[in-house]
Amino acid sequence: MWWKILTGVLIGAVVIAVFLMPPPQKELGDISRIFFFHVPVAWVTVLAFLVAMVNSILYLSRKNPVYDLQAAISSQLGFLFAILATVSGAIFAKNAWGSFWNWDPRETSVFILLLIYGAYLALRSAIEAEDRRANLSAVYSILAFITVPFLVFVVPRVFQSLHPTDTIVNSQIKFQMPPLLLFIFLGSLLGFSLLFFWIYNLEVKLNILYKKAKEVNPAR
Amino acid sequence: MGIKSSTWTSRVLALFLKDFKSELRTRYSLNALVMFAVITLTVISFSIGMFSLSSKVKSSLFWIVIFFSAMSGLAQVFIKEEEAKTSSLLKLVASPESIFAGKLLYNLVLLLFLELIIVPLFIIMLGFSILNFWLFLCVLVLGSLGLVCATTIIAAIVAKASVKGALFAVLSFPILLPLLVTVISGTNLAAEGASFSQGLRDLQILFSYAVVMFVASFLLFDFVWEE
Repeated sequence: MWWKILTGVLIGAVVIAVFLMPPPQKELGDISRIFFFHVPVAWVTVLAFLVAMVNSILYLSRKNPVYDLQAAISSQLGFLFAILATVSGAIFAKNAWGSFWNWDPRETSVFILLLIYGAYLALRSAIEAEDRRANLSAVYSILAFITVPFLVFVVPRVFQSLHPTDTIVNSQIKFQMPPLLLFIFLGSLLGFSLLFFWIYNLEVKLNILYKKAKEVNPAR
Repeated sequence: MGIKSSTWTSRVLALFLKDFKSELRTRYSLNALVMFAVITLTVISFSIGMFSLSSKVKSSLFWIVIFFSAMSGLAQVFIKEEEAKTSSLLKLVASPESIFAGKLLYNLVLLLFLELIIVPLFIIMLGFSILNFWLFLCVLVLGSLGLVCATTIIAAIVAKASVKGALFAVLSFPILLPLLVTVISGTNLAAEGASFSQGLRDLQILFSYAVVMFVASFLLFDFVWEE
């Protein structure tokens, strides 16, 4: 219970702090404030992917349907956060680099995560039998997770030559961040992670209850 | 151990030959694959007309043709077992590992055979000149190996799903993306006549991708196949 209150207070404080405390950036102006929301959202996208993968491994080793449910919910949330990260990133990119989409390495990786989530959810909707769906989607989730390290090496090699400035802009923001901003940023990161786990928990509980209700009264 | 391993390899070979022979009788996958590749090649050739393309564009087009041809044919190995309802029998006579190895080998041979036809056609129809042919060959073989390792397990997944049509490409693309990017850059280097040391980085990535996918799909195939 206490951590839910903490999440509410934290996110509220972060929102207030982001809009009031840091001075506008020199080059970017007020748009730089989106950084404090965009990066945590992208972080949650990756976190959800990790949670889904761990749950998939647990499902395959223990065959408990709850793990499959958790993997599915984590992926659904990951899909939502991937869309949010893509959209907020595009707005950020339009103002920082001049166009909505440049295929810079980070945009590419978020887009690929979006594709993986989409493929995973498409696979789930294509299989009706529950055991089979759980098995196959767990296998796919693990397989997709394994390819991500390759993307880290491969993608920057292709697109960096086109957009040499992006990493500099990003690293400047990161490395020149004063302690206060860093504090707000870390608070936002923690707040969004807690928010993810909150929604995740609620969804899992809701789905378990829904299943139980269906067992008691199949007609509904 | 010696006897055991020899029976394992002979079992894999027997499974491979079974698929190979049934393919020779019907030629379903082969016809679909080759015709698909030839048609896309022709479409590309016609749409380009008199323009001459850079080698970067040509190597991208080459791998796009290979990718979509693979998508149209490689899923058949497992789908045909499900459609003919022979997968239960297969489960009784062979271990999952040997089945997977046999299917993998079959898909690899199918893809290499396709490339044997596509490469000369591509060179002739699009005037694709490859200056360092040995580097190209290494990229082609390692790339095909990685592609087959990744797609065979997905074919096994797709065969169990109720909607098979577009699912194979949808599931394969995100997983194959690192491979495709690397293989295109490697082919481009080879076409421009780069030396082996310049292409080494691509070959390393392709090799590690193939190894990782091979191990992962072997480990995961049990779970796909068991039920």
